Amino acid sequence: MTETASTDRGGDDVRLTGISKSYGSFHAVKPLDLTVPEGSFFALLGASGCGKTTTLRMIAGLEDPTTGSVFLGDKDVTGLPPHKRPVNTVFQSYALFPHLDIYENVAFGLRRRGIKSVKKQVGDMLDLVQLGDFAKRKPHQLSGGQQQRVAVARALINHPKVLLLDEPLGALDLKLRRQMQLELKRIQTEVGITFVHVTHDQEEAMTMADTVAVMNAGRVEQLGAPAELYENPQTTFVANFLGTSNLIEADVAEKTGDEVVVTSAGVKLRLPADRLTTQVPDGGRLLVGVRPEKISLGHADDEGSIPAGRNRITGRIVDSSFIGVSTQYVIDSPVCAELEVYAQNIERDGRLVPGAEVVLHWNPAHTFGLDAAQDIDAGVKTVDEEGA
Amino acid sequence: MRWIRRNVVVVAGLLTLAYMILPNLVVMVFSFNKPKGRFNYEWQTFSLDAWKDPCGVADLCGSLTLSFQIAVWATIGATVLGTMIAFALVRYRFRARGAINSLIFLPMAMPEVVMAASLLTLFLNMGAELGFWTVLIAHIMFCLSFVVTAVKARVMSMDPKLEEAARDLYAGPVQTFVRVTLPIAAPGIAAGALLAFALSFDDFIITNFNAGSSVTFPMFVWGSAQRGTPVQINVIGTAMFAIAVLMVIGGQLVGSRRKKAATP
Repeated sequence: MTETASTDRGGDDVRLTGISKSYGSFHAVKPLDLTVPEGSFFALLGASGCGKTTTLRMIAGLEDPTTGSVFLGDKDVTGLPPHKRPVNTVFQSYALFPHLDIYENVAFGLRRRGIKSVKKQVGDMLDLVQLGDFAKRKPHQLSGGQQQRVAVARALINHPKVLLLDEPLGALDLKLRRQMQLELKRIQTEVGITFVHVTHDQEEAMTMADTVAVMNAGRVEQLGAPAELYENPQTTFVANFLGTSNLIEADVAEKTGDEVVVTSAGVKLRLPADRLTTQVPDGGRLLVGVRPEKISLGHADDEGSIPAGRNRITGRIVDSSFIGVSTQYVIDSPVCAELEVYAQNIERDGRLVPGAEVVLHWNPAHTFGLDAAQDIDAGVKTVDEEGA
Repeated sequence: MRWIRRNVVVVAGLLTLAYMILPNLVVMVFSFNKPKGRFNYEWQTFSLDAWKDPCGVADLCGSLTLSFQIAVWATIGATVLGTMIAFALVRYRFRARGAINSLIFLPMAMPEVVMAASLLTLFLNMGAELGFWTVLIAHIMFCLSFVVTAVKARVMSMDPKLEEAARDLYAGPVQTFVRVTLPIAAPGIAAGALLAFALSFDDFIITNFNAGSSVTFPMFVWGSAQRGTPVQINVIGTAMFAIAVLMVIGGQLVGSRRKKAATP
């Protein structure tokens, strides 16, 4: 089968087919198929224990899959040990060799492959990560950010077909992390190598990756471009794990050609039919979602000035927190006890304080509908646990 | 008053150091003595006689050679076995691992006389001929615990990710062990080996029980102390102390030079 496929499947895509990993009765990764296009920046996003690192380690060869195969381009590498795979890893703890200086750390892979003249390559690589002056230092004499760059250089110098990054920024403080995100993105653009990046930080995944695969409990929940995932979550887990979503339980009242009308606690809401991820009959239940920043907030006295055709809900402000660029409100409404609204701080309405009666309204096009047979809070708690 | 308060730690440190070094100094000084009788306990006159003829006493250098041989082989045996045991205990999960962990400690905790006597019983029952081999077996046995303890501490602090990184960077199993595992575990292994050598070289009780007619250096010193102590014993002691000190200084110099090279 691979022979025939080789003609039309050019390049060096990473393909996982039916790959899974079990430890006894625990299924770390459930059978999954995944294709990472050559040259892309691909992120595996999920909470700890979701199987993302195990998936990465199976690509590296550090973990044997229970079932399934790993392909690099046309080549089945499932049976190859890590040192025979054209793949390199940047470890979470960096795993720099403490007994070797930076120069030798970076040269390690080249030397193991019997390459004698490594000087120019090592020099170039250290320049790429801006550590040219540190060649003779030992790893412990470098800061965390510098060690991280050495780990990237040590892997990249081998020109792997794929670079695997296992939470490489997890140990850095926030400011450095932002800086390194841009740095890694720059390097990836410069060298054009496929990057597979494992992270639990949804912002990190969205900032850096072209394609994000959201993993949960050993399976890929949804795969797509960051904006696509954010705007059109397919499951409650994705809706809650990527940013915040307001999910409202509602009943389908009527379905016209391209619009669905639902009711929740007597409130009518409308959403485009193509934003439904599930087929629901009239009278069926649905989870209706809207992102907090899509909602506009107005005082109840101004209700008359709201344009017609918008979804609207009345409620009362329970809590508000000012965070500089925006103010985050928590609203108690008949349809949902804790609706979140993020309002840009452009012209602040002094009447919008806790206790105030308000009207929430938004463009129906920004509403999405999910299958109601899911846990409405999936993915919510995990974000708090990670502190992300 | 102020001076005392500021320097009390230094003074205490120096006093402790003196306490530890003083016996060695006495040995050193008396290696240049020319005793009147057979006992080298009173200072008479300065002399280099003993230094010029360290093997001048019958059997002394023979026993010294034997001790060296046993110590070297015991060190090699205990270090190789102990390193493997340490890696197995840290890296692998297997049945009775906990029990083995504590059993390893037992030889260190057990009174030496008890172990010596039981070893002798064992050897006699097996019909083994007492001598070089019985002593070597006994020494490897009690040195093992110390090597395992020293190496284990090092291996435990070692990140297993380092070996994964090596494998990921095209090093096969042998290369990974030689280039990464061994160099990083080396300080622990070296400490274990040094400890094993020192313990084996000066062991008296177990050796005395199991040596048969062989005589090691500590046994020779003990035996001659009954009849009189030749100055050569001090010469040997001083020489060994000097070698040890030189090794430590050498190690420090190499270490500091490396550090200097690393910080331009």
